[in-house]
Amino acid sequence: MSIVVKNLSHTYMEKSKIAVKAVDDVSLTVEPGEFLCIIGHTGSGKSTLIQHFNGLMQPTSGSVTVDGYDMADKKQRKLGRELVGMVFQYPEYQLFEETVYKDVAFGPTNMGLDAEAVKNAVFEAMERVGLAIDKFCEKSPFDLSGGEKRRAALAGIIAMQPKYLVLDEPMAGLDPMGRAEILGVLESLRREKNTAVIMISHSMDDIMRHATRVAVLEKGRLIRLGEPREIFKETKLIREMGLDIPQSAQIAELLRKKGVAVPPEVVAEDELVEFVLAAAGRNNGRING
Amino acid sequence: MVKDITLGQYFPGNSPIHRLDPRTKLLLALAFIVLTFLVKELVMFVPVILFVGAVVFIARLPLSYLLKSLKPMRFLIILMLLFNLFFVSSGRVLFEWKFIKLTTGGIEQSIFIVLRLLLLVSGTSLLTLTTTPVALTDGLERMLSPLAKIGFPAHDMAMMMTIALRFIPTLLEETERIIKAQTARGADFESGNIIKRARCMIPILVPLFVSSFRRADELAIAMESRCYHGGEGRTKMKVLKYSVSDLIAVLIMAALIAGTVVLQGVLFA
Repeated sequence: MSIVVKNLSHTYMEKSKIAVKAVDDVSLTVEPGEFLCIIGHTGSGKSTLIQHFNGLMQPTSGSVTVDGYDMADKKQRKLGRELVGMVFQYPEYQLFEETVYKDVAFGPTNMGLDAEAVKNAVFEAMERVGLAIDKFCEKSPFDLSGGEKRRAALAGIIAMQPKYLVLDEPMAGLDPMGRAEILGVLESLRREKNTAVIMISHSMDDIMRHATRVAVLEKGRLIRLGEPREIFKETKLIREMGLDIPQSAQIAELLRKKGVAVPPEVVAEDELVEFVLAAAGRNNGRING
Repeated sequence: MVKDITLGQYFPGNSPIHRLDPRTKLLLALAFIVLTFLVKELVMFVPVILFVGAVVFIARLPLSYLLKSLKPMRFLIILMLLFNLFFVSSGRVLFEWKFIKLTTGGIEQSIFIVLRLLLLVSGTSLLTLTTTPVALTDGLERMLSPLAKIGFPAHDMAMMMTIALRFIPTLLEETERIIKAQTARGADFESGNIIKRARCMIPILVPLFVSSFRRADELAIAMESRCYHGGEGRTKMKVLKYSVSDLIAVLIMAALIAGTVVLQGVLFA
């Protein structure tokens, strides 16, 4: 059971002169429990692609199935949609209820759960995102701080207990503390509930640390799909697309420029530290390769 | 779906019509409305229709654009047509069934009303199609500026209009995004009775209001930090100036109105 995307293309304003092919022949599969990050320059089709995952957009050609449900079919889409949680950019802007509890309960209520099940789902989701139930339940969502609002909005999606969680830059505009909190929530969901996380992000360090796979989009085409360390080894390609590489890879690159023979497979932080320590050991504390 | 709404859509171009002073065009649009009401005989619509056709031709507007602006009016027009066809009774009776009566007077009246409506809408559409919103509010401000002496906030009104027009597409985009986000949370906007559907608007309207206020707040701060303090002592980079073509346009319109009045007086007295 997985999200299967087959030869997906999406063209905006198909019949007009200004038709734009936003997604071009993308095929990929998302398995439960994986952490897939999607990177690409602005306008590379990331947002368009992920909106197909729960049927908010329909492909111009190709298909998307979620656990076998065909998202092009209206009846099946409804069932498939309940499996895929979707967190948009700045999700706090969609808060609308009088209290945090009611807002988080909106999704599960729409799914038709009974009152008791809704309550359990809301409490679990609030706890998961670190909003203390007794303190926040009756608060107005508009009285929360920026980071709290973001987490309340996230709880609104988590309360629907999705098997796949799709997020469009969930950490944009948050301080380092807020970012770490959101990432922590995603990691805990993945580890404890085997939820698949599909996330658009521009923070290559976060991606390096958390992603199990990275998809690279350029002009709507999927040009790379693989483990982060494999992807970020291609420093030149990533840079040419106007993207960044993780800091650890940047440091390794700088060392290479200074004449230190850092092997190309050193990309991640721990690999870099290990290499530096080993090199220091070899040279009795002096590092010059 | 929300993006289909076109409001005051501008069709870029550099025709003599586009280049007319916005004040002239506002005035002409007003005069045109008066003209359509001055016409009392069907035949007299011919020069008016020819005038609209000439403007469309000179401005190089694709006819589809003009038709698109008439599209939202289609229900009103059909309704007016039906009402006038069957409920106006004057002249010869052509057909009668129960309370429905088709008369020559009714047919004439309905053609009249429909033509007048179509001309009114296309006339005002021509104004917005050939004038940028900024030029339009600029012109409006200048036209209303004499009223500022008696305390009418002409500049503020114009500024509000400019801002409102500027934010229509932004708000439409925002609405679409919110609809998507709430759909993803299982909101259903399509089924249920009227009350249920009205309730479904709450998850859209509340965030939309909140973000509008936030935007207004941010815009006010941004304007103030650039030293905006209202219209007092404010100068324009592009000063509006009347040219010869404005005079010609006004003369054509004057001739059209005078001609209509005189001809009607002479021919149908």
